[in-house]
Amino acid sequence: MSVVRERQFLEGASAIGSAMVAAGCRFFAGYPMTPFTEVLESMAKLLPAVGGTCINAESELEAVGMAWGAAATGTPAATGSTGQGLSLMQESLAEITYARLPLVVLNMARTQGDYFQATRGGGHGDYRHLVLAPCDVNEATVLVQEAFHLAATWRNPVLVMGDYYIAHTWQTVDVAPIEFGPRPATDWAVNGSTGGSGRAKLISPLGDTKRTDDVGYDLAEFYHRRGLELDVMAATVPPRAETAFVADARLVVVAYGTVAKYVRQAVYDLRTEGLPVGLIRPITLFPFPTQIIRDAASHVDAFAVYENNRGQMVEDVQLAVLGAADVSSIGGLSMDSSGFGIAPDLDVATVRTRIRTALEAVN
Amino acid sequence: MSETGRPTITTTGTVVIDVDACKGCDLCIAACPRDVLVMTTHEVNTRGYRYPQLLPGCIACKACAQICPDFVFQVYRYDEPVEQTVTADGVVSEVIR
Amino acid sequence: MSDHHLPIVDTSGPPRRAAKLVDDFTPALINQGAHHLCPGCGEPVAMRLIMEAVEELQLAQRTVAVFGIGCYTAYSNNLDVEVVQALHGRSPSVATGVKRSLPGSVVLTVQGDGDMVNEGLQEVLHTAARGEKVTCFLLNNGVFGETGGHMTAATVLGQRTKNTLEGRSAEQHGYPIVIGDLIAQLAGVAYAARGAVNTHTNVARTKRMVKEALKIQDQGIGFSFVEILTMCPTGWFIETGEAPQYLDEHIEPTHRFGVIKSPRSRRAGDIQPVHH
Repeated sequence: MSVVRERQFLEGASAIGSAMVAAGCRFFAGYPMTPFTEVLESMAKLLPAVGGTCINAESELEAVGMAWGAAATGTPAATGSTGQGLSLMQESLAEITYARLPLVVLNMARTQGDYFQATRGGGHGDYRHLVLAPCDVNEATVLVQEAFHLAATWRNPVLVMGDYYIAHTWQTVDVAPIEFGPRPATDWAVNGSTGGSGRAKLISPLGDTKRTDDVGYDLAEFYHRRGLELDVMAATVPPRAETAFVADARLVVVAYGTVAKYVRQAVYDLRTEGLPVGLIRPITLFPFPTQIIRDAASHVDAFAVYENNRGQMVEDVQLAVLGAADVSSIGGLSMDSSGFGIAPDLDVATVRTRIRTALEAVN
Repeated sequence: MSETGRPTITTTGTVVIDVDACKGCDLCIAACPRDVLVMTTHEVNTRGYRYPQLLPGCIACKACAQICPDFVFQVYRYDEPVEQTVTADGVVSEVIR
Repeated sequence: MSDHHLPIVDTSGPPRRAAKLVDDFTPALINQGAHHLCPGCGEPVAMRLIMEAVEELQLAQRTVAVFGIGCYTAYSNNLDVEVVQALHGRSPSVATGVKRSLPGSVVLTVQGDGDMVNEGLQEVLHTAARGEKVTCFLLNNGVFGETGGHMTAATVLGQRTKNTLEGRSAEQHGYPIVIGDLIAQLAGVAYAARGAVNTHTNVARTKRMVKEALKIQDQGIGFSFVEILTMCPTGWFIETGEAPQYLDEHIEPTHRFGVIKSPRSRRAGDIQPVHH
């Protein structure tokens, strides 16, 4: 049943909240932090109306812990923060992955400096999260719903990389539930009922089988098996990217998130001038659209990566290209004096100039 | 006293001791309110620990089972109490009434 | 064969005469009796009485146990109740998420003093303050047992640990946090009690506290808490047989045995410890 039955003019954070509820989210916990706070406010308003629970946790550590407990019961659960808050959650996010729990995590990021945190993970050990990067409010409402579907399908955390602009831009949206297909049964979830049966359930990041002998957990066996499952997930979830004008481009610009909208506009503008530029906008940051970039590298002369950080996604582009073409960074830190938003230097004219310069370097 | 004048002991229960589960911690010895548990002095189990043995007089109070960290004891309560006599050379016999 | 000149009774098997089994090796809800915890450790004794309480109250099919990290973690995959394994210190938040999602369940945590009073102090205090309808069990032996016996916030003054070898001093190491008393002061707490497993009498009394705490959760009155003082002869550098007395003489004077707060005695901000 759709919570928002008609098109409404909503702030991005509220639109994301509506999307989560439409996707079946019935538990949310968070801690106020700019620019994530309004998502927490939105869920505090929306969830009780549908019989769900929203808790203001005492810190991000407890927010992710509460979401962990809710997820363990099979309840579609989510948490989120901005980059710093996600930093606090890393131990739990890694362990939730080992415990094979579905969880949707929102990063309403301040700039684009959390790419490494999202895709490499700031937690310990070998784990991967699926990472989706919307470029605007509308796409965010779709990807957030898809995140719940992916999390349930793979029993793995899925991170949605938002940002300040998506959180605080008002847009007219219609957040109806999107059908992604059936979700697997949650027969692994706890509710007490198998107690005393001889087969009581266990949800643990240390193992998934009960002791049958003198030995405790066999961590080596479990981590190895868990790693194989993660490999299957990474190989099966289709990587996605928006592409434009790649077929006959000599220079392809790679960008993600809100920043990519500026890049997209700049690429269109330069194309109308007849310049051979193209765009690849990764939508899944993990699995990264390596093959799409590699295919382009077979005929493109150069890639220019536009990201608002000191160079993070450029490494994944370099790995995809593997020397078949030049790769350069044409973005850089860009933030306003608060550190939250993006600086005035992010405008289409500036982006056009940087792409033009990169193209000239190719010639 | 029995008819022969020897001391008698009333036993209302007994235990089964899982000798190889024991880690020799001695907690049961102090816990037993009848002092009918004694640790071996030289004999050890397969793990190398001394272990408890039972003397006549158990009352099936379960103190040993409840205090034991290694779940060594199973406790039984007899349907009928047993009167036992201890002879001079330590042999326990039943008094027939 | 006995090495005593004493009338040893045959205890190798069940009695031949008519008898009833009154206590089995392991409680029904503990799968394997064998474990690798130290000789004389109080934690298996505490786990036993908690699981017996759950069984006697017939709560097994509604219980979700959330485990912290410590020596007792050995039980997280060895119980016949549903278990969610959490991180060090983080059981109360996980328990909150479980209970809010399954209000009809009985949710308990099993944590040590290092877990609850060091790493997880914020978690348990906030969970208690919010009055979450969960029951937190603290196995308090005054040390971080699993990592080798180091000082925790619950270590008592004078106690020797791996990093307070001369005994904890207030000047050098600060004062212990008497966590049971601290928790009891929070308005959301319906029941707070402190028991021990150093004697079988205390085991019986503690089991009554555990049952009371679980019943109070079931009645939805508020947060319930039972601290269980356990022996750690390894961490205390003493013989196993001396540990019960050490607990009485050194630990209990700081972490006092008894019901600290119950619905009958509860008044906001007014704690009346009742020492049995």
